[in-house]
Amino acid sequence: MRTASSSPSPSLSPSRRAWLRFKRNRLGYWSLVVFVVLVAVSLCAELVSNDRPLVVRYEGQLYFPMVKDYPETTFGGDFLTPTDYLDPFIREKLAEGSNWALFTLNPYGPNTLNYFAKMPNPSAPTRDNWLGTDDRGRDLAAQLLYGFRVSVLFALALTVTGVLLGVVTGAIQGFFGGKTDLAFQRFIEIWGSMPELYLLIIFSAVFAPSIALLLILLSLFGWMGLSDYVRAEFLRNRQLDYVKAARALGVGNWQIIWRHILPNSLTPVVTFLPFRMSAAILALTSLDFLGLGVPPGTPSLGELLSQGKNSIDAWWISLSTFAVLVTTLLLLTFMGDALRDALDPRKADQ
Amino acid sequence: MNAASQLPLVQVRDLHVRFGAKEVVRGVNFDIAAGEKLALVGESGSGKTITALSLLGLAGDAAVQGSALFQGRDLLRLTERELRGVRGGDIAMVFQEPMTALNPLMTVGRQISEVLELKQALTQAQSWQAAIELIASTGIPEPARRAAAFPHQLSGGQRQRAMIAMALASRPALLLADEPTTALDVTLRGQILGLLADLQRQTGMAVLLITHDLNLVRRFADRVAVMEQGALVEQGPVADVFGQPAHAYTRRLMASKPRRDVQEDAANPNAPPVLQAQALRVVYPTPLPGVRGWFRKGEFVALQGADLRLQPGRTLGVVGESGSGKSTLAQALLGLLPYQGNVEVAGRRWQAPAARNSQANQALRRQIQVVFQDPFSSLSPRLTVEEIVGEGLRVHEPGLPPAELRQRVQAALAEVGLDETQFPGLLARYPHEFSGGQRQRLAVARALIVQPQLLVLDEPTSALDVTIQQQVLALLQRLQRERGLAYVLITHDVDVVRAMAHEVLVMKDGVIVESGSATQVLNAPREGYTQALVAAAQ
Repeated sequence: MRTASSSPSPSLSPSRRAWLRFKRNRLGYWSLVVFVVLVAVSLCAELVSNDRPLVVRYEGQLYFPMVKDYPETTFGGDFLTPTDYLDPFIREKLAEGSNWALFTLNPYGPNTLNYFAKMPNPSAPTRDNWLGTDDRGRDLAAQLLYGFRVSVLFALALTVTGVLLGVVTGAIQGFFGGKTDLAFQRFIEIWGSMPELYLLIIFSAVFAPSIALLLILLSLFGWMGLSDYVRAEFLRNRQLDYVKAARALGVGNWQIIWRHILPNSLTPVVTFLPFRMSAAILALTSLDFLGLGVPPGTPSLGELLSQGKNSIDAWWISLSTFAVLVTTLLLLTFMGDALRDALDPRKADQ
Repeated sequence: MNAASQLPLVQVRDLHVRFGAKEVVRGVNFDIAAGEKLALVGESGSGKTITALSLLGLAGDAAVQGSALFQGRDLLRLTERELRGVRGGDIAMVFQEPMTALNPLMTVGRQISEVLELKQALTQAQSWQAAIELIASTGIPEPARRAAAFPHQLSGGQRQRAMIAMALASRPALLLADEPTTALDVTLRGQILGLLADLQRQTGMAVLLITHDLNLVRRFADRVAVMEQGALVEQGPVADVFGQPAHAYTRRLMASKPRRDVQEDAANPNAPPVLQAQALRVVYPTPLPGVRGWFRKGEFVALQGADLRLQPGRTLGVVGESGSGKSTLAQALLGLLPYQGNVEVAGRRWQAPAARNSQANQALRRQIQVVFQDPFSSLSPRLTVEEIVGEGLRVHEPGLPPAELRQRVQAALAEVGLDETQFPGLLARYPHEFSGGQRQRLAVARALIVQPQLLVLDEPTSALDVTIQQQVLALLQRLQRERGLAYVLITHDVDVVRAMAHEVLVMKDGVIVESGSATQVLNAPREGYTQALVAAAQ
């Protein structure tokens, strides 16, 4: 009864209490908030940074260029080609009389080439291109936004597949132990000694580079570290008394794994999530930097970094890409730190 | 003895220790005279260990107030640097668990000689010799050879002796002994305590013994101080405090020896046994050394030729020290281990392999259930009370409608004395919100819900404080009377067996060395080993 009266809100589940501890770490909590906002914004990147206007009203009619291609002739141009909304002539037409066009915040897409730019490429930050342009004249802010999105989504996918594979293999090894464990361990040793980078180079030479290919290749090697942790947790937890009690009750193996051991073995998995994310972002960036990553034309932070390296005078390219990367990785690290503290069993509740 | 010196060696005044907002020691005053043996007793969480640790500035990030005069200096005002001189110097400490208190990567001789080099400025050769002498003085045979051994190569008792040798290396004026015998087997406890008493007589140091075991206090200490929830409720000479306890809590502590309250006569002596085993044998594979081990596994015989028989409504006490095969016996009876020989639960045998959940085995599992020692590891921390207690029904009566399941869970909880009026929202709570004794009740409820005839109790009260222990035993006795349950009670605590058992088995090294009725085995033990066990518990 003493315990009941001393805890103010009695029925908090352990994960709920961990979340409350996480929230108390202000740096980690606000990192999460900022990160979520950044990801949310980048997921709607098309509405933020696009070379087409959201809505156009031209001579009493509404047009939605985001969803439909309109030939230039629609807006009083001469050609049947799709409209280039950056064209000063078109702009003029759209501003005539009662016509108007609602542009996105940054009027460039990631691959938009501005044929009407006032500055030579690469251009330093101007009023038209807030962060400047790269050596092909593409807007840097747009590229960073889209590149961030690709990086985060890729990292998320890689983390999910890595965690799934790692948990499943770790659980099987740890729970069944014995020969199963022995065989898996040897397999992991052999698999882990494969030269990952060379395989990536070979595969990127044989197959057409694509994000899916990269995801598969990196997933094949990304699960082993986690699997060891999960295995160790399972080895420890499977001989705890509550598992023996469940066995004595006649609970089946899969039920024991699923209901009893797995929830109590996920602490290292959850703790590593942010760190795995940042490792995945870094991996993609470095591969792109080396030219082994995403296919050309995909906005990518690594590709921007290598451009920055090649044209060292265009400081705005390397500087802004660097800033985006550092911010992302820092946010993830802060979250990871807070998460680790929140799940640390030695830390008190108060 | 305590009149010998005018000024006490240690004078603790108004000691307060606070962790954040929680005050764990509240205004404690006591003195220790030079050469005096003071015992600090209390249940877990009473603040006795933290009191000792705060004297050495080892209380972590706790806020410590008050004063502790030691040889004219206030220990609580010393700087970290000055404290380091005191620790392991004038004041030494012996911990409960020698395996974790000794460095596993250094030989014990080296660990002791390191202290000597630091505190007495001896050369390496001198200190090694002195270390061997110290080890010899603690009664470890072959001290020169043992000094070169690593902690894991020593037995539990030897490790604790080595710890004591290390503490004595600096010739302390005060020895803080924190539960020095709790991790040891009963027969060893007396020896270690005797050693401490001998050494105390020889060196004339003062000893502060921290313990929850009143038997030890009675045998060892001059004076005793009783702590309850951070406050010192009573202190005085052992004979006075134990003879006429003044405080209600002390009286409760004194009265907490388990009481016997069971049906003595079997209802029907000819009833078929609910459990019997013949020639039960369990072996564990162990690695063989060298190349042989690549192809074959060695065998470690954990249990050999065990016969037993238990009738409904009776309790079979299984006594023995750690490593004697008690828990192996329990797991074999529960069908959780492969075994040789014959086990019959309610007249039926486990279908091989016993660990497989075949239909026949599932039916047997309803008959025999288990309650474990550690109430903290025996309940999954991430399941609610309803999920934990209801698990058995979900397995054995899968079609049960949720409303009825809930009702049965509530009934089982009520039977072990837990209900909604005490704990609003009981079913949705998680184990961490319950105390040790309450968790043990939950574990009993989980076992009872499938209505077994037989419970295996594996050290059910060893992890609990004495007053709580009493309550749990009373609960088990009541359930036995009401439901006619049979118990296999595994324990190292002779007092518990005395209170509960009808028949007793004594185990040593995997073999049953003595068996018979409880009165016969406990009052007139035949085997030397049983005699030692019983004597150690007096």
